[in-house]
Amino acid sequence: MSDRTLAPFGRRGVEVAERRELGAYVVLTARDPDGPPPRPGQFYMLAAAERWGGGEDERPFLPRAFSVLRAADGRLEFMLEAVGPGTSRLCDLRPGDGLWLTGPLGVGFTAPADGGRALLCGGGVGTAPLAIWQDELLAAGRPAPALLGFRDAAHAAGAALLANPRVATDDGSAGHHGLVTELLARELRSASRTTVYACGPPAMLEAVRALCAARCVPAQLALEAGMACGFGACFGCVVPTGDGGYVRLCVDGPVLEAATLAGVPAH
Amino acid sequence: MSVQFLGLELAHPIVNGSGTYDAIAARRAFGDALLERFPFSAFVSKTITLQPRAGNPPPRLYETPAGLINSIGLPNKGLRGYLAHDLPELARLPVPLITNVMGSTAEDIAALLEAVDARPEVAAVELNVSCPNVKTGLDIGADPRELEAVLGRVRPRTAKPLIVKLTPNAADPAAAAEAAEAAGADAVALINTLRAYAPHPRRASAPWLGGGTGGLSGPAVRAVALAQVRAVAQRVAIPVVGMGGVQTGRHAADLLEAGATLVAVGTESFRDPAAAERIRAELDDLFAKSGQNAPGHEWSARMSR
Repeated sequence: MSDRTLAPFGRRGVEVAERRELGAYVVLTARDPDGPPPRPGQFYMLAAAERWGGGEDERPFLPRAFSVLRAADGRLEFMLEAVGPGTSRLCDLRPGDGLWLTGPLGVGFTAPADGGRALLCGGGVGTAPLAIWQDELLAAGRPAPALLGFRDAAHAAGAALLANPRVATDDGSAGHHGLVTELLARELRSASRTTVYACGPPAMLEAVRALCAARCVPAQLALEAGMACGFGACFGCVVPTGDGGYVRLCVDGPVLEAATLAGVPAH
Repeated sequence: MSVQFLGLELAHPIVNGSGTYDAIAARRAFGDALLERFPFSAFVSKTITLQPRAGNPPPRLYETPAGLINSIGLPNKGLRGYLAHDLPELARLPVPLITNVMGSTAEDIAALLEAVDARPEVAAVELNVSCPNVKTGLDIGADPRELEAVLGRVRPRTAKPLIVKLTPNAADPAAAAEAAEAAGADAVALINTLRAYAPHPRRASAPWLGGGTGGLSGPAVRAVALAQVRAVAQRVAIPVVGMGGVQTGRHAADLLEAGATLVAVGTESFRDPAAAERIRAELDDLFAKSGQNAPGHEWSARMSR
């Protein structure tokens, strides 16, 4: 199966069907009856139909990119955390509110080689693409253990989005007291034929990349970067590659083979 | 509402601003639907330089009130890469192709114009003399005498129609437009982005953008665009491609009334890949409602030249 579903051309107006709080996060469900089913790891550009602008610093102006958390029956779920004017406005949306949506965009995860094991590693809102990916792997009868890291217990509530995750928190208020990459390092000691799938903050992804590179474990990283358009137009969302060039996360990613990267940029 | 522009019969007056739409990447995202509903009546390529450019280090974007500062740095495959890889793809678009080029010397520009002149897929050339966020400098578009001198040397190198994309970061853009006309430009396009700076949110005295400074676009610059397009259109007889913060058909109509023959959509396409299609439809509606005696009459006169 291709790891890219084509998006309908242009943004489409949809309606928020549901909003639920999950600890520090908001899970927003949008009705998207006419949209195609996304591949795990693909993303959407979202903007509120009303009052998009006029927040902090008179922003937001541009839509915001979000990996899809789950998709079924013409409904799309997104995992949000209010960290700026765009995410704050989206977190304020209520059922019935209008949402502009473009997607699915980018390329998603690809399955491990036959007989190989998938190991999922997420941090914070980076949990989102791993949920839809774990669903697909489990449905195909493949084990997909997950390691998830969060700031604290309030954020660790997001771990409920995955099946049987092992959790780490920075402050020790839930699960392992420490970094999720410490759990990953332990897990990789006994690993054979494992592919790591990771999404999270830059420092975590860089640690995952370095760890996997040192142990010759293939890894697919879902990255994030400031992005204006989502379809290759603005050339804003680049990350440096090992060959000295750049790739655009929106059309060449957001999921990239870790081995192609020189490192995960801090921005 | 078809438009005559530099000998081309365009289906409508809405095109893209150079560097704001990558039709090849967009086709990867949207498939053939992009071609079936291609929103522009001509496609303007991103800027092509003689040598390949990787572009500026990230971060490359900064959101402002009603706008965007970008510091992209003109990444492109270079002339050879463009001709070999991009041009065959762009030639499949259902509209005429305008290739945008930039060189930091008259010799470089001449080489670019000659190479593009030999390609029948290219309907017209646009010369970028204005991009403010590239350190290679030579802001030839800011000084009318320098612009006229450089254009005078390179103009004979192509028989294709030549559009000069002016810089708004100049004391008198209309004087630059006059210089371009005097040196043989067939049209001028404006405005490019306004030079802008974004402070780093966490580091004192440091820039946020990897390239240091950038260029501001979006609705924040619309009023500036209107003033500059109006000033330029009053001073030159050649057609003007107007752009800057266009989000609606009304905004496009305002630029047409200011004297533009074509209107380019840029940053709004980032918010909606099909924005130009909606803007054209809104412009059609305005045009239909205005009848023959209202401002629409003016537009059609402008558009037919």
